[in-house]
This record gives sequence, structure tokens and C-alpha cells, in this order.
Amino acid sequence: MPLKLTVNNVAATVDVPPEMPLLWVLRDVLNLKGAKYGCGIGMCGACTVLVGGRAVRSCMTQVGVAAGQPVTTIEGLSPDGQHALQLAWETHDVPQCGYCQAGQIMSAAALLEHTPHPTDAEIDSAMSGNLCRCGTYPRIREAIHSAAEAGAPARGK
Amino acid sequence: MRLNRRSFLQMSALAGGGFALGLYPRPWAAAQAAGGPPALSPLAFIRIAANGEITIMARGPEIGQGVRTMLPMLIAEELDADWKMVRIEQADLDEAKYGPQFAGGSMSTPFAWEPLRQVGGAARQMLVAAAAQTWGVSAAECTTEAGRVIHKGSGRSAGYGELAAKAATLNAPAMSSVKLKDARDYRIIGKSKAGVDNHAIVTGKPLFGIDVTLPGMLHAVIDKCPVYGGKVKSANLDEIRKFPGVRQVLVIDGTLATERVVPNEPGMEPGVAILADTWWQAQHARKSLKVDWDYGPGAAQSSEGFAKRADELLKATPANTLRSYGDVDGALKSAAKVVEATYAYPFIAHGTLEPMGTTAAYKDGKLEMWTTSQTPGEGRGLVAKALGLDPGAITVHLCRAGGGFGRRLMNDFMVEAAWLARQAGSPVKLLWAREDDIGHDAFRPGGFHGLKAGLDAQGKVVAWRQHFVTYGDGAKTAAGGEIDALEFPSGRVPNYGLHSSAMPLLLRTGWLRAPGANAICFVGQSFLDEVAAAAGRDPLELQLELLSAKAVPLPGAENRNGEDFDPPLNPDRLKGVLELVAEKSGWAQRKKQAGRGMGIACYYCHLGYFAEVADVSVDSANKVTVNHVWAAGDVGSQIINPAAAENMAFGGVIEGLSHMAQEITLVGGKVQQTNYHQHPLLRMRQAPKIEVFWRKTDFPPTGLGEPTLPPILPAVGNAIFAATGKRIRTLPLAKSGFSWA
Repeated sequence: MPLKLTVNNVAATVDVPPEMPLLWVLRDVLNLKGAKYGCGIGMCGACTVLVGGRAVRSCMTQVGVAAGQPVTTIEGLSPDGQHALQLAWETHDVPQCGYCQAGQIMSAAALLEHTPHPTDAEIDSAMSGNLCRCGTYPRIREAIHSAAEAGAPARGK
Repeated sequence: MRLNRRSFLQMSALAGGGFALGLYPRPWAAAQAAGGPPALSPLAFIRIAANGEITIMARGPEIGQGVRTMLPMLIAEELDADWKMVRIEQADLDEAKYGPQFAGGSMSTPFAWEPLRQVGGAARQMLVAAAAQTWGVSAAECTTEAGRVIHKGSGRSAGYGELAAKAATLNAPAMSSVKLKDARDYRIIGKSKAGVDNHAIVTGKPLFGIDVTLPGMLHAVIDKCPVYGGKVKSANLDEIRKFPGVRQVLVIDGTLATERVVPNEPGMEPGVAILADTWWQAQHARKSLKVDWDYGPGAAQSSEGFAKRADELLKATPANTLRSYGDVDGALKSAAKVVEATYAYPFIAHGTLEPMGTTAAYKDGKLEMWTTSQTPGEGRGLVAKALGLDPGAITVHLCRAGGGFGRRLMNDFMVEAAWLARQAGSPVKLLWAREDDIGHDAFRPGGFHGLKAGLDAQGKVVAWRQHFVTYGDGAKTAAGGEIDALEFPSGRVPNYGLHSSAMPLLLRTGWLRAPGANAICFVGQSFLDEVAAAAGRDPLELQLELLSAKAVPLPGAENRNGEDFDPPLNPDRLKGVLELVAEKSGWAQRKKQAGRGMGIACYYCHLGYFAEVADVSVDSANKVTVNHVWAAGDVGSQIINPAAAENMAFGGVIEGLSHMAQEITLVGGKVQQTNYHQHPLLRMRQAPKIEVFWRKTDFPPTGLGEPTLPPILPAVGNAIFAATGKRIRTLPLAKSGFSWA
């Protein structure tokens, strides 16, 4: 039975089994390549997107669960790539390979939504589910602080 | 003979493999001296539009080391371009046109430093000549700045865009005649330039190998034998073919080498490939796949068995002597004190966050590929051989890779994708599941070292003996399991012996970031710390003393000149970074306190010099927190892109910490670890504060991918010893009774 999704404020109907992970619906059905596959078991966070404003591991989230709730991916975090986190990531030259960074930014967006001025400990706690194989953690921390200072607008809708 | 990458590979194979860097070619200068590759043309690298926009081709595979930004910076500098007007385009594979296109051995910088600056300088000269001809003035009277040619005498100036069409009709000057800038005039080199793909990354644009989409493409996974060298006997293929979305199920018979030393490119691994409309459908169907495997002889192997055999070999006379001078036995006998220890480290996997994969389309005898290979030229050769195609019939596009770390030096995934595309008759995107990526890695080989050092009454090291038990056969060593005759402190103690013995291994090994060094540095620099402690000396002071000793020359090493891929270490450069890191970390003022300590270590590899100090805390449950790391590096006269260089050093340190907790084990020939929960990466809460300091020296700039990594392991091990009095001699940390907090 077709499922109705709202992804980045756009309605989409997908004809997939409800147990198909949201990640693969986004990537292979809706052609949104921002969320990445890293581990498939919710260990690395590369697939992080927002469902109903909460950061979830889309590789472990059945698409049926996401139906009826707004889904936000890195492509929809801001209309123009100018979310304070995206700007901070560029200013601080965070990426090395860059593969994990969409997931990192989505976790950070969820953090700033509820904790606009996080401490290092709050950042560590919110971000420790997102692995960076290249080791950009020091830059990610800096960029989150910098986005918080800039007053990251809650645009994760 | 033209000395190119392939001929060098053959040479090093003939020479018995050489050191870990045997894979990598000699720097460009050596190649030129040996007959010369074709000259690079500025027209191949640079396009200038009438509006002044400059497109520069990025030649190398971008795996996170920043070459897509850094290499074009070299061209832009000598072109005297305005960086804001520069657009970067990734070059397809064409080494005749672009020169070497590989990412390995921290060689991108040394290979590119001169030739790519010459490319930019030659183009600048052509633009100047075009302006001079147009204006009827002498080229010598013209200067350039940020994208313009200027003739001061007449007050005329023109943008590069206005001159480009005319310049393109002129002959390019000989590269050797190109006058390069004085470093004092640099406007781009040495100034941080943000990664050129950053915006695409933070907005989720398709960029990586995994993001490639072709019309009518099928998604593939391959289920492979859990034991290396095993084969498919039978499988429930018809049942799998019935799963929704599944289009084809293919058995790969494979031809995997099962020699006593498995080559790092052993052929196609047998398995069952499932091709479906989406990757998840293929992977979902795979859960119901039942394969009856013929495991073969690999099933007799276990980590326990290897450890036992290594123990026996360490007690026996070594099979090979890599270097020996002086009278080690005599010096040990007459030593005032003898220090003895055994060190061991495990196999580990690369675990790039983007798993292996490639997209391929085959039509009418021609193949088009989109890949994340670090050695796409080698990959194309393998594909051509496996499919019986002419390499000229294979087009290779280089995609940004979600990490490389040496795994993508091996190109098994390219061959698989190409084979599947031809068999399937439609484009195929192959993506390995994480479990495949960990279980079928080209593993960093484990190793075992027996060490003995003699001290005289004054605490001077008078003898050093090291017996390395590695994987291989006779003097032949598994990839990544080599040791160099000049391994520190070879040549710096009066009596020295370096020996090896090898155990056959039926498993693929390969090069992991800082191959060899990533493990051997841990052994040598930890043991040296033990020796210093036994002598009651400051390890820094002991290292400086060894580096000040007059070196005992290694016969033949004089041929390893400064342009070679592994010239002998320059002791002054290593001393320089040791002194710098000691000063920055406050080493001399460190306090003795229970549960907290500092450790120091240094290393020279891949032409780069690094010294690192770690400050750690250890709690009563032996949980380790790395509080602070200071890293000092010497990679020559320029830090080309400082922000990226610092990031790379952060990465080396953090990866080294990850290595300390990782382990791949075999039981019944099967790899026991499947995913990141069993082969962990450091997480953000565990990442220390890291400070990076550069010591600029008058040497050509060299690479940063690798030399930042090795010293952190012994620095942390030595810090744990300072904090607890317990020595880390076996990795992972858990095997020594410790873990990360």
C-alpha cells in the first residue's frame, strides 16, 4: 500500500514495504543522497535525519514509522544552505572526507533546537552517536559553538 | 626505461617487496631523471573563460586528505590567479595527461610540488606573452597580479579572461625553463583555503561514490565466504530470485589466490551476487540466502593459533636477518642492565565510513566506471585483465571517497562492479554492506616483537636486538607486514640486530594509513621508553642522545637519496620536532602524580617528522582518558593549506587512538568482528584536546596523510605507564587490561 510522506516540506507518495528503512527510501526511491549508509545498525549516525524534529537513525527507522510525521534531511535543513550550522561547518572547514558530516549536522541541528547554547559536555553527549572516521571532532565542536553564538535559527522544519 | 608507477611496482616486486612503501612510486624528480614521463601541459589543467573564471583540474583521488583543494592551489599560485575566480573540476583518469593519479604514501604533495607549480607558471608565462604581443611590449616588462597582466610602463592591464584565447594559441614553454615565484611572494600557498566541496557536503549534494545514479541501474550486494579462499558449493538461488525487486542472482566462481603469501590483489573473491531495484531489496533478500560453502584450508586458521606459533618462533633462532652489526651477544652479556620485553598487536580493519563500492556500465565492449579507488590506474589494469578488455576501452571517473586510509589502494570492488555490469547487461552500483567491508578487508597485519636492550653503567644503550614475527613465507612478507633495516634505533646504537621470522597466512592483508609505521612505531617507541625508565633517564633526553650519535651507515642506503621514497631519517629534523613538542607541552615541568601522566614519542615516515606528547588520566578501573595531545611536525618549508593540514593532524591522532582499541580476530578462519560495535572508532566524547605545531625547515614540502599518526600510540602507552607504572605491550588496550573511559 502506498505510503504518504512529507520530506523537506514536500509531500511524496512511495509504494514500498512499510518495513523498508527510511534511509533507503530517501536514497534509492526519492533520490535524496545526503543521508549516508555507514553501518546499518544505528552505530555510526551517518544516516541521521529529523523525524518530527527528533534526530533518528534512518537506517533503523522503518519508513512506515515516518509516515505522517515531517521528515527533514540535510537537503531540507535550510532553503539555501545558509543554516547557521552549515555556515559554521564551512567557516571552520570541518570536513575531511565529508561522508559523515550530513549526519553530524542533523544531530547538531536537533541539539541546538532544544539546547541553543550547549556546553562541551552537552555537545559530547548529543554528538557521540555520530562517528567520524577521519577525526574531525575538534572542528565539529568548534563549529557547533560558533553556530550557537550566531543564534542558529530553528529552521529544521 | 621510463620509470613510471607500474615499472616501479614491478621493480619492487622483483626486489622482494622492499619496505612497506614498495607500492608507491618514486617521486617525480626520480622519474624524470630516469628518462622522463611526458611533460604536463598547462592546457590539460587550466581553462580560462572570457569572463576571467578559471577552471583548474584536480588530478588525484580525493579521499579526505584535501588534494582536490590543495593541488589546484599549487597551480593557482604560480598562475597568479585570483582564488575567488577559481573553480575546481575533478579530472577523469588519464595519467598520460595529468601525471600520477593515485592517493597513497603521503605522496601527493612531493609528487606535485614542482610539476604542478610549473604548470601554473607556464600558463602564466603564456598569458604574459599574449599580453606582450598584443601591446607590442617586451614580456619582461609585464607583471601579473591576481588574474591580471600589467604593463606598468604604459599603464595598460588586461584580465586573464581577455588574454586567454590568444594565450591558448601559443606554445607552452619548456617546464624546466619556467621561473617559479619566490616563496615570499606567495598569496595562496600557506593561506588556508576551505575545502572546495564543503558547500556540497553540508547541503547533501550527490558527491560520493555511493551517490552515483545511472538510468536503469541495478543495486548489487555480494555475499562472500566467511573464510578466506572458500568457494560456493550450492545456494538457494531460485528462492532468492523470487524476492521483491530482485532482478538477478549470480554466482561468482572467483579465482582467489591461496598462496603462502597472499598478494594484496588476490583476484575475485567467490560469492553470490544479488542485484535488485534498490540496495535494500538486495540486502533484504540476502538475509534468506543459504549458501553451502567449501571453506577450504583457511578454516584451520585462528588468532589463538597464530599467537601460539609466534610464541614458538620468538623463542627460536630468527629465520632472517635484516641488519646486524657489532657484537650484540657480547654487549648484552657485559651490559650492566638488560631490558627484555615482548610486544604484540592485532590485525585491524580499515573501516572507511563509506564502504567499498563502484558503479559500472558496460555496452558494446566499452566500460564506464565511477569509482573511489585510490589507485584507479591500477584498478583499470585489473579490470582490463579480468574482463579481457583493452584498458583504452575503460573510462574511469573519480568520485569523492568517504575515506580511503589505504583500503582503496586495493581495487577488488572495481573488478567486481565491472564483472557484474557485463554479466547483468545493465548498469550496476555495487555497495558492500558494512559487514562485508569489515569481514573482507585487506587487513593491517598483526605482529609480534621480541626485544632486548643492553645498558651500560652510565645508562647508555649499548645493544638492541629486535626479532619481528610477521606473516609471510621465508623472506617474503605479507603486504603491510614489512620492517625496514633502518627502523629506529638502527644505526644509532653500537651493537644492533634486526631479525624476522614469518608465518604463512591465508588472508588478505594490505596497507593501512602509515603502513608498517602504524604498528612498529608503537613497539620501538614504547620499548625505548621502557629502556629509559630502566636506566632512570628522561625518555626525551635518551632519544635526543640516540639521534645525536654518529650513525653506523647501512651499506646501500646511500642510494636512498633525498629524492627517493624512503631516504634515511634526518636526525636533526626529528630532534627538532621532539624539542618543539617538549617545549609546547611543558614536558620538563611535568608532575609525577598517581593516575595522571605524560608520554612522549616520535617517528619519521613517509618523508614527514612528528613528535607527540599525550597527557592521560587513568581511573581505578583502568579507564583511560586522553586529556590533551601536543603534536609537532616537520614536513618541510611550507604548510600549503594550513587549516586542512591541522585537520589532517587531528585526524592522524584520533585515528591512532582508534587503532589502540581495535582488533580483528579469527576463529575457524572466520573474522569474528562484523561492524563498528565490535571494531570501534573513537567517539567525540573520547576525543582529546589537540594542539598542532609546525617546524618549518628548508626542505621541499611533503605529505601529511600518514606521518601524523604513528607517534600517538606509544605517546599514550608511555603516558599510561607514567600514570600507573603499567606498561602497554599488547594491543588492543583491553588485552593489557585498559580501556577508553
